[in-house]
Amino acid sequence: MNNFKNFTKGFLKENPVFILLLGLCPTLGVTTSAINGLGMGLATTFVLVGSNVVISLIKKLIPDKVRIPSFIVIIASFVTIIDLVMAAYVPALYESLGLFIPLIVVNCIVLGRAEAFASKNTVFSSMIDGLGMGLGFAFALTILGSVREILGSYSIFGFKFIQTDGILVFVLAPGAFFGLAYLIAIMKKINK
Amino acid sequence: MAKKESTFLNMTLTLFVITAIAAAGLASVYNVTKDPIQKAKDEKLKTAINVVVPGADKAQIEEKEIPAADGSGNLVFYYVKNGDDLIGTAVKTFSNNGFGGVITVMVGFDKEGKIIDSNVLEHKETPGLGDKSGKSVSSWNEQFKGMDISSMKNSELKVKKDGGQVDAITAATITSRAYCDAIQRAFNTYIKTLTENNVEPKEGGNE
Amino acid sequence: MDYLIIIIAAIFVNNIVLAQFLGICPFLGVSGKVKTAVGMGGAVLFVMTLATVVTWLIMNYILVKFNIVFMQTIAYILVIAALVQMVEIILKKISPSLYQALGVFLPLITTNCAILGVAIIVIQKDYDLMHSVVFAIGTALGFMLALVIFAGIREHLEKLPLPKGMKGVPSALVVAGILALAFMGFAGLV
Repeated sequence: MNNFKNFTKGFLKENPVFILLLGLCPTLGVTTSAINGLGMGLATTFVLVGSNVVISLIKKLIPDKVRIPSFIVIIASFVTIIDLVMAAYVPALYESLGLFIPLIVVNCIVLGRAEAFASKNTVFSSMIDGLGMGLGFAFALTILGSVREILGSYSIFGFKFIQTDGILVFVLAPGAFFGLAYLIAIMKKINK
Repeated sequence: MAKKESTFLNMTLTLFVITAIAAAGLASVYNVTKDPIQKAKDEKLKTAINVVVPGADKAQIEEKEIPAADGSGNLVFYYVKNGDDLIGTAVKTFSNNGFGGVITVMVGFDKEGKIIDSNVLEHKETPGLGDKSGKSVSSWNEQFKGMDISSMKNSELKVKKDGGQVDAITAATITSRAYCDAIQRAFNTYIKTLTENNVEPKEGGNE
Repeated sequence: MDYLIIIIAAIFVNNIVLAQFLGICPFLGVSGKVKTAVGMGGAVLFVMTLATVVTWLIMNYILVKFNIVFMQTIAYILVIAALVQMVEIILKKISPSLYQALGVFLPLITTNCAILGVAIIVIQKDYDLMHSVVFAIGTALGFMLALVIFAGIREHLEKLPLPKGMKGVPSALVVAGILALAFMGFAGLV
């Protein structure tokens, strides 16, 4: 039961994007389409789960004062792994996410969960925590990506339902800010 | 097990061990993904060439870097060959005059220098306007198919607004001009290589 | 001329915050007052330039030489973290006045993705050292400009009678969106 709560908190109650307002750079940067948002979310989930598990495994072996640098190295390793793997097997998605893949390393969510959760909890619950938070992040990015894609190019997951140009501003930079602003406001309302 | 103390030795040792393990792990991941990454890159290039010179996916491709005729940089020529038979030449060309800076264009020429087809490779044009120069967005660049630049006035490819025969993209004249500019650069350079070394690329060009 | 184009493009056309979405956290978090915005901008200018130089050298003289480019992310983030700490210590010793102005912002900078972002971008763009430095300075100035304008608007925003749900971050994001719209007007400038 506890693990279940632990898992679901990332979606609404403690959603990293809508509620905690973490990781906003990739949130705004890659969500020009639903598939980009989903891809970025899953890449981040991989890093979150990986680093959470490893850190909770070796937390007792790490002296307190070098805690943060050690965490950073572990996180950066997982980021590099996903970077290489995506370049090899999903080159098109990798290209459209671009710079934001290596930048997962400075996503506050990842270091935040390592410090706040994985360094204090068991391996299993750290894994669940990483999975929940990661999928919550992916959920937020996919929603924003969908909203922008539907309005901006009249399509969803690449499937075009009106054969004409969309409301362009939503796939451009301003649309990212507007879309996120209203989604956060709506989420605030829902959570109340 | 008790938490390790933060002595200098402990700290250095921990960081060293973690980094060493990370480096070793990454080196093996790198080795596994190295070939697929290269393959994905080759595949992408081949697909791009195949768009402008159909049949390239089943032919051999010889690659050669050639300085642009106007000295503005290097263009990459891909000679697509079926045995000794030259099917066409794809040229990776560019223009610095796009709305968002550099536009990279791939254009295919047949032996006489007529355009087989062309497409945008990379650009920073405005989505919904300038990006219509790409096949994935609109069919605008279909009009270049079969164009013979040498038959045009002064052998120059221009949009209608500038007295040429290219229909510009609505509300993206700058992008359209840049696209023409890129193709012109490729054409001039291609013609120059024809007169310089009698059609065939020199031996020993990198594969 | 080349350098001038890079600077103008980095400040206006490809503004790091409003067009490239890097450094959003400090942009939303810190910029309640124009004065703090200037301080944060100064600290970023300082660290970004320094970090770009150091990481550029590491890339070209160590990682490429030993054929271990895949260590880029690890090397960069460690170097930036260490650099920020060092700058903090040195600044405290040699220039207490500067430390007072920038000091509080320094710890926040390690997780500012704009710093790491710029360090990676200059490698992707194949810039030489001098171009990289100019690009870093331009980008940091762009960051500062966005921060200062935004802070100026937010100072007034707080006094407005907004609907409850839009108070705070949502209204700030709407303002950022309008700013981004305005900055799109610079497209095609260079």
